[in-house]
Amino acid sequence: MAAGLTVVVDYGLCNIDSMARALEECGAKNVEPTRDPRVVARADRIVLPGVGTFSAAMRNLEAWRLIEPIREASAGARVPFLGACLGMQLMAGSGAEGGAARPGLGLVEGEVVRLEPRDGDERVPHIGWNEVTARADSTLFAGIRDNADFYFVHSYHLRLADPAIESGRTNYCGGFTAAIEMPGRAIFGAQFHPEKSQRNGFRLLRNFLAA
Amino acid sequence: MLKTRIIPTLLLKGLGLVKGKEFDSGRRVGAALQSIRVYNLREVDELVLLDIAATPAGARPDFREIDELADNCFMPMTVGGGVRSLDDIRDLLAVGADKVAINTAALATPELIRSGAREFGAQCIVAAIDARRHEDGRCEVFSHCGRTATGRDPVAWAKEVAALGAGEILLTSIDRDGTMRGYDVDLVRDVAAAVDVPVIASGGCGSYAHMAEVLARSRAAAVAAAAIFHFTEQTPREAKDYLAARGVKVRR
Repeated sequence: MAAGLTVVVDYGLCNIDSMARALEECGAKNVEPTRDPRVVARADRIVLPGVGTFSAAMRNLEAWRLIEPIREASAGARVPFLGACLGMQLMAGSGAEGGAARPGLGLVEGEVVRLEPRDGDERVPHIGWNEVTARADSTLFAGIRDNADFYFVHSYHLRLADPAIESGRTNYCGGFTAAIEMPGRAIFGAQFHPEKSQRNGFRLLRNFLAA
Repeated sequence: MLKTRIIPTLLLKGLGLVKGKEFDSGRRVGAALQSIRVYNLREVDELVLLDIAATPAGARPDFREIDELADNCFMPMTVGGGVRSLDDIRDLLAVGADKVAINTAALATPELIRSGAREFGAQCIVAAIDARRHEDGRCEVFSHCGRTATGRDPVAWAKEVAALGAGEILLTSIDRDGTMRGYDVDLVRDVAAAVDVPVIASGGCGSYAHMAEVLARSRAAAVAAAAIFHFTEQTPREAKDYLAARGVKVRR
């Protein structure tokens, strides 16, 4: 399982080591953290991890010419893609964290907006373990019990134009999209950190590696 | 529902762990790596790793050691100690920290919180606030691992760092640290009521009842504890059983 080259895209802001190590623990044989567009272009699987602000991340992806190879790889049905935390938000059409609104990768239609607390018990950033209600036919959540806890650390969320691609939802700040899956294409996003979500997160990563 | 986090704190000084008492001691408690492996097996909610030697020694964080520890840490980890610049934050995130705690440098240069949040996101910038309660009941923020008085009030400073962009506050009572006499509940209550970001209560935990008490009487989002886990038979998992029985939402 999980032969081929799994690329973890490094845009200079984040914790690529944890994601790379977790993918290895989950059975990926050849994991390469990289900021080289040529390596991204020959990936068999792409993981875009996430820490940083939307603006800073897009700035670096652009400066390092990483946007095109990511778009091209995920445009075909060949290369499975997983965006985690900020990495999922970057899949959107636009986002505003860390500055004025700025275009994203545009892999899914939607915008990245700030979490808005409904009451004094909801604090932003949303930090910690929270439940994800997954769609029954989800690929990512296969074999993971209902409403399992995953680790979140974020202030913004992806508001989808097409709710049909939502595969997981979390009830916080009025509810937000916790995971996405593009029907018929191996394109996935997780608002939480699977690499830090212990057994549930690792199961999800194995599901991705098998996709 | 968002769960209340139970967070073991590891104090790092060179290659071993130490147990602090009122921020002033250095009893070794074994290799940090070993502790992290145990916490991995126990699937704890999160870890806080603080290098208490860095700032007093004027040193940068020990990136190589943290890299090694992080490679073995499959749980969220906040790292602090000696963080003074955007490069320090970037390098800690790169070697595996999920959040970076800033204390003394934020007091000297509050702008570091703002620029850190702008570049890396508020959610990974943790403002660590160490406060000591004086005999007259007044609390004061201290820097340099509790050695230097700042004249600042912890509530006012917490509001200021939150406004600057800190995404979380790690609030430690210096006079309770390592005593196992319980959290400074009033301090936690006042700070958590004053800000909208999550507050981690730290310093003084000696029993599960202390955790329940601070959670019942303040709006802390998490409790951190060190001595109770390192020096007694008490475990994060039992803490959760105890708290769950008292209506606290914890992850199990």
